[in-house]
Amino acid sequence: MDTLMLSRIQFAANISFHILFPTINIALCWFLVYFRLRHSATRDTPQAQAWEEAYYLWTKVFALTFALGVVSGITMSFQFGTNWPGYMERAGNIAGPLLGYEVLTAFFLEATFLGVMLFGRSRVSDRVHLVATLMVAAGTTLSAFWILSLNSWMQTPTGYTIVDGVFHAKDWWAIVFNPSFPYRLTHKLLASTLTVSFLIAGLSAWQLVRGTANDGTQRALRAAVTAAAIAIPLQIFAGDLHGLNTLEHQPAKIAAIEGIWKTEKSAPLTLFGFPNEKEGRTDYAIHIPKLASLILAHDINAELKGLNEFPNAHPPVAPVFWSFRVMVGMGMLMLAVSWWCAWTLWRKRAQPSIALSRWQLRALVAMTFSGWVATLGGWFVTEIGRQPFLVYGLLRTADLVADHAPGMVLSTLIAYLAVYAFLLVSYIFVLVYMSEHPAMPTPETPLSPKAATPIGGPA
Amino acid sequence: MTFTWPTVLPLIFMAVMGLALLAYVILDGYDLGVGMLLPFAADDEKDLMVASIGPFWDANETWLVLGIGVLLIAFPKAHGLVLSALYLPVALMLIGLILRGVSFDFRVKARAERKALWNRLFFAGSLLASVAQGWMLGSYLTAFDRGLLSLLFSLGIAVTLPTAYAMLGAGWLIMKTSGPLQAKAVAWARAVLWPMGAALVGISLATPLVSHNIFDRWFAMPQFIGLLPIPVACAAAFFAAFHVTARPRVIEAGYGWVVFASTVLLFMLAFLGLAYSIYPYIVIDKLTVWQAASAHDSLVVIFVGVAVTLPAIIVYTVFMYRVFWGKASALSYGLRP
Repeated sequence: MDTLMLSRIQFAANISFHILFPTINIALCWFLVYFRLRHSATRDTPQAQAWEEAYYLWTKVFALTFALGVVSGITMSFQFGTNWPGYMERAGNIAGPLLGYEVLTAFFLEATFLGVMLFGRSRVSDRVHLVATLMVAAGTTLSAFWILSLNSWMQTPTGYTIVDGVFHAKDWWAIVFNPSFPYRLTHKLLASTLTVSFLIAGLSAWQLVRGTANDGTQRALRAAVTAAAIAIPLQIFAGDLHGLNTLEHQPAKIAAIEGIWKTEKSAPLTLFGFPNEKEGRTDYAIHIPKLASLILAHDINAELKGLNEFPNAHPPVAPVFWSFRVMVGMGMLMLAVSWWCAWTLWRKRAQPSIALSRWQLRALVAMTFSGWVATLGGWFVTEIGRQPFLVYGLLRTADLVADHAPGMVLSTLIAYLAVYAFLLVSYIFVLVYMSEHPAMPTPETPLSPKAATPIGGPA
Repeated sequence: MTFTWPTVLPLIFMAVMGLALLAYVILDGYDLGVGMLLPFAADDEKDLMVASIGPFWDANETWLVLGIGVLLIAFPKAHGLVLSALYLPVALMLIGLILRGVSFDFRVKARAERKALWNRLFFAGSLLASVAQGWMLGSYLTAFDRGLLSLLFSLGIAVTLPTAYAMLGAGWLIMKTSGPLQAKAVAWARAVLWPMGAALVGISLATPLVSHNIFDRWFAMPQFIGLLPIPVACAAAFFAAFHVTARPRVIEAGYGWVVFASTVLLFMLAFLGLAYSIYPYIVIDKLTVWQAASAHDSLVVIFVGVAVTLPAIIVYTVFMYRVFWGKASALSYGLRP
């Protein structure tokens, strides 16, 4: 393999590993704010202890996830320079300030207040702690705002002029709020909500199955299933709008997603099949006549542009085609499972304890990491779908890569992959372990003057 | 040079980047130092050592992102040039920082039998990151020269920067702990003090030799007298650290902070000396600050952000240090039971 391909794989590995953790934390932090508020609202009642338990376990998850997000994020900021120096040289005037605002407003807000949020519970007043928690939540969301603004600009660039091959900003408002940004941001925030909802629901269900649940588990599970059931139809709607936007600005990406090889009217929807890029057709395709035109253009006779219109300027078809189907499939599963469980919870809402059946709990456990699968699917669609460009239609990926020896890039790629695989396995094992040992320090009582220490250390 | 916005703004960003990197080296320096000292402590002491840096390390590491961020934002040409020349040490540093950062959380969250493994990774990550940073500094100072002399010079910094970090870490522990662990920290400080001092002198003498530019800047007559306070102050700071670590009574009397403070002073002076040596280049002998800077308009946009947020960041960093002031205690996510 050549340096270009190795550098691309290395960046893809980094960004894919990194995105797993912010996807959890962006929404998890708002869940924590909710648990905290409920704890304050139910103070001096028995429920307060339950909310505290939910807060305690998920704060541990948050802290661990945050650490993984930070370290993999730092890697990204260096890789722009080590592997893609051409990108910053050409587009630095625009990408630089957007990244800069991300670091300044968001990263510092999170990182600094995180210490107070995690370890300051008994050192600052209740109110200051709540403010710190809110700051971390706002910081993670702002972080997503700036990064997705830059990512969207690379997909749908506006507001620039090019002088001697270098981008200059002309209109910052147009750059930040570029055409695909509102759709992408909404889509991503909902994806984060769904990822966390299924993570919380899945691990809580696992606690119930294994008999390690505490009072907090029930509350966390109920909140998570409710959030998932509300977010998934919104996500399907937002995804559809995002697709229409992509059709308008990046028709080549849509053609790859749908496997439309030649421009045609009343295009059929390809449910499944094996894209054959050499022959320019989809083998063993299962079509539904005219449906693609209906879904994409909301008109049964509409003409859809095929890949033939974009010679040497369309993405590789198979990865985009498959990633999209994985994402949509996951979304449908999420819809089914969350509504099924939410319906039961709503019907039996009078019962004090969770009334889900064993099968429902198992389904939730199976879906624990479904958000990750869907997120990566969507991420591959959007990022591979942008190829062969780095800034869509303007800068080609191949022109911006650093000229390193392939062996050197390969060696670091292998090192990164080994570290990431090890960390991913450890992360999942530790999540499961923590959910099986959710013990938290118990307050001193006249009967037990010494506070109990939780299993696995205090923090 | 005339003082107009387009000429001054790159200088301001150079200063911001320098300060961010100095803040990083000092702040994450003590974290990494504590990490490297970890294997020398008893098991229960390890928890306290990690607890002493627990609330801070995230924010400390973020200064690196700011420093490299400013390089990327304000000096995109230098960013690509510097980082692609430092490809291998950067990758090693990142892997070190990854291992160190995650071990911090894993060591107390994984099952108890695995704790020793994560402690070892914490140590290994801290050491790897420190060595790689030393290598990067050496390679940067020799303008990425691949000659034998330059490589030896880089190697020299790579093996000595960890001693300076360990000194910071020991100084931090003297402030944040008491009893037997504090006594151990004093012993560690004594052990690394002389190697660090020797390394500092060695590097200071070698730097002008590998770079003629730097030689000319220091050893010409009027400047040399003007610059004399820097080595003199270094010697004074070194002596203060030596004096305090040799006298347990002084530490018991509450002057343990002098060790940390004088090490920080040494770092600042070394930084000042370096800044003087390099100015106005951002890539030595290749790119000046102005040649590497982004378009003026982009600098203005980000300058507004820096002017508003940097003071705020400093204020709440101070707030956080006040919240966790005093001797370290076990960390807990919950209300104190």
